[in-house]
Amino acid sequence: MAGAASLHARATIVQPRAIAEPKLVRWTLIGTTLAFLSLFLFVPLAAVFYEALRKGLSAYLHSFTDPAALAAIKLTLLAAGIAVPVNLVFGLAASWAIAKFQFRGKHLLITLIDLPFAVSPVVSGMIYVLLYGANGYLGPWLIAHNVQIIFALPGIVLATVFVTFPFVAREVIPLMQSQGTQEEQAAMTLGASGWQTFWRVTLPGVKWAMLYGVILSNARAMGEFGAVSVVSGHIRGKTNTMPLHVEILYNEYNFVAAFAVASLLALLALATLGLKTLVEWRSAVALAQAEANPVVQEKAS
Amino acid sequence: MHRLRQPVTLMLLLLTLAACDRQSSTNSPLLPGSGPGAAALPGVKLLNVSYDPTRELYQDYNAAFAEYWKKQTGQEVHIEMSHGGAGKQARAVIDGLPADVVTLALAYDIDEIAARTRYIPADWQSRLPQRSAPYTSTIVFLVRKGNPRKIQDWDDLIRDDIQVITPNPQTSGGARWNYLAAWAFVLQRELGDLSKLADPACADQVSMAEAKAEAFVTELFRHVPVLDSGARGSTNTFVQRGLGDVLLAWENEAFLASNELGPDKFDIVAPPISMLAEPPVTLVDHWADEHGVREVADAYLAYLYSPQGQKIVAKHYYRPTSPQYADPEDMSRFPDLKRVTIDQITAGGGWPVAQKRHFSEGGIFERMYQP
Repeated sequence: MAGAASLHARATIVQPRAIAEPKLVRWTLIGTTLAFLSLFLFVPLAAVFYEALRKGLSAYLHSFTDPAALAAIKLTLLAAGIAVPVNLVFGLAASWAIAKFQFRGKHLLITLIDLPFAVSPVVSGMIYVLLYGANGYLGPWLIAHNVQIIFALPGIVLATVFVTFPFVAREVIPLMQSQGTQEEQAAMTLGASGWQTFWRVTLPGVKWAMLYGVILSNARAMGEFGAVSVVSGHIRGKTNTMPLHVEILYNEYNFVAAFAVASLLALLALATLGLKTLVEWRSAVALAQAEANPVVQEKAS
Repeated sequence: MHRLRQPVTLMLLLLTLAACDRQSSTNSPLLPGSGPGAAALPGVKLLNVSYDPTRELYQDYNAAFAEYWKKQTGQEVHIEMSHGGAGKQARAVIDGLPADVVTLALAYDIDEIAARTRYIPADWQSRLPQRSAPYTSTIVFLVRKGNPRKIQDWDDLIRDDIQVITPNPQTSGGARWNYLAAWAFVLQRELGDLSKLADPACADQVSMAEAKAEAFVTELFRHVPVLDSGARGSTNTFVQRGLGDVLLAWENEAFLASNELGPDKFDIVAPPISMLAEPPVTLVDHWADEHGVREVADAYLAYLYSPQGQKIVAKHYYRPTSPQYADPEDMSRFPDLKRVTIDQITAGGGWPVAQKRHFSEGGIFERMYQP
């Protein structure tokens, strides 16, 4: 997807003038798009920072000295820090299985991976309450063994894992499928073991797609509100993630602090976008190199 | 909840997914207590699960109690708070949120916890003075500065040009009080004396009055452009988004909004008649014993009734049950109005009757409210 976008961009530049749209049409389209983007994206984003800095930089920075805000930031990073690696391992394993092997129920597995995209986050939160809550199917057993899942960190991590489930697999599967199995077969015939094949042949091939998936799933993990809200219990300084803490601060009429934490989330998102662009660019370069110089690529592998 | 269990097939699919998940996360060192900040706090911890508008009150009160407890016993106590719509909070406790004490908007919410779990005994309300309500409140109108729409009484709310903001009675405790206050207004106007509700000789008169009350609340909710799920959401709708001409609000919420967000922007109007709201508090025996904090949790609730506690309560615009302990200046802020109790308008039936009749599935609210 990433590569295709930049290829399109390049194609537009070399397009002959004869088939270009009239100037008026072009500028109307560009103008509409810009107006739309400003109203729905740029201005709101700027407003977040404006509101956050409304009472000056010191008030802004002071918002982050609140122990509850710090706890929320820590919890968000911790939840994302657990959920993303878990989904990375799962996503790679699933992609590997789906792209390189034939088995029964393969389509069912692909559908299942997409399920978190289709289910509303609130519902995914409720599922866990239904399962692990005190009155849930597993609740009595968990209580008897003194394990708290809902309204504690494990529940938050579970909900985050669930909603970020598909990202890595969705990015990696198409690439692995398009690459086919010839290179792996070649490696095998040359005497490589399964692990060696995976680490030296398969993984380098999908490295950029994987990274892209990781970035997307990290962005979603840190920003998730709905599912986490249901399982959090909203204990201040303990089970509030950043998005939940923003809502709480806003409801307490503490607008500067609310927007300060929101701006931090926005900054994390912008950093993610920057990283994403970098990855897209690197993968496009890698792709272009491979296409332009297949012989070199073969020698290298 | 039982509605959710119907699509069993979907659940089974999700179960499979959840099973793979669980493996990976329960193996990690994630047990409660390893969360942020846990190690840094010695002494004892309490979890108070409360409703929406008590944030400022308990922030203040917790600090005062911690100081008091330290002085009394030398023990550090740290109180964790969870706030949200009262119904939602009760639901969370039922689903296992380990609250040591609950301080909710109405007795019905705690009744629900007692009925659906074994965490609280059924007779919880008689364990503390004043039916376990250390403070009371009422429902008032918050209007734009200068009261441009001239809203004085419940009647004015159903004038053609008026838009009313209130949360959803099915999710918000405060909204149930709002609704019942409107109901009480009509009954009082039609009957003159609420004791007729319990008098079999007046049955005809009562059923006529109730029909009028139902028509009135139906008309009232036609004037509501947006139903938020909790009291704070509605306040923000009225105050921040500028929607509506009048906000039906908890008295403390109305004071807080008008003082915090500009006394030059809003006025409080006290209708001649409203509800006597008694937000109750109680110990959640199961969790308090489990955590070994029964003693401090009991003291935490008892201190609400103490002179110091009552003073803090009044400062945060709740009406103390022992007004003599409050600062007279704080007391002078409360407008004078007739407050009727939930028992008065349900002929002694209280919340179970009100809940069933008005807010349950198939109740009056569900039948009459069409968005």
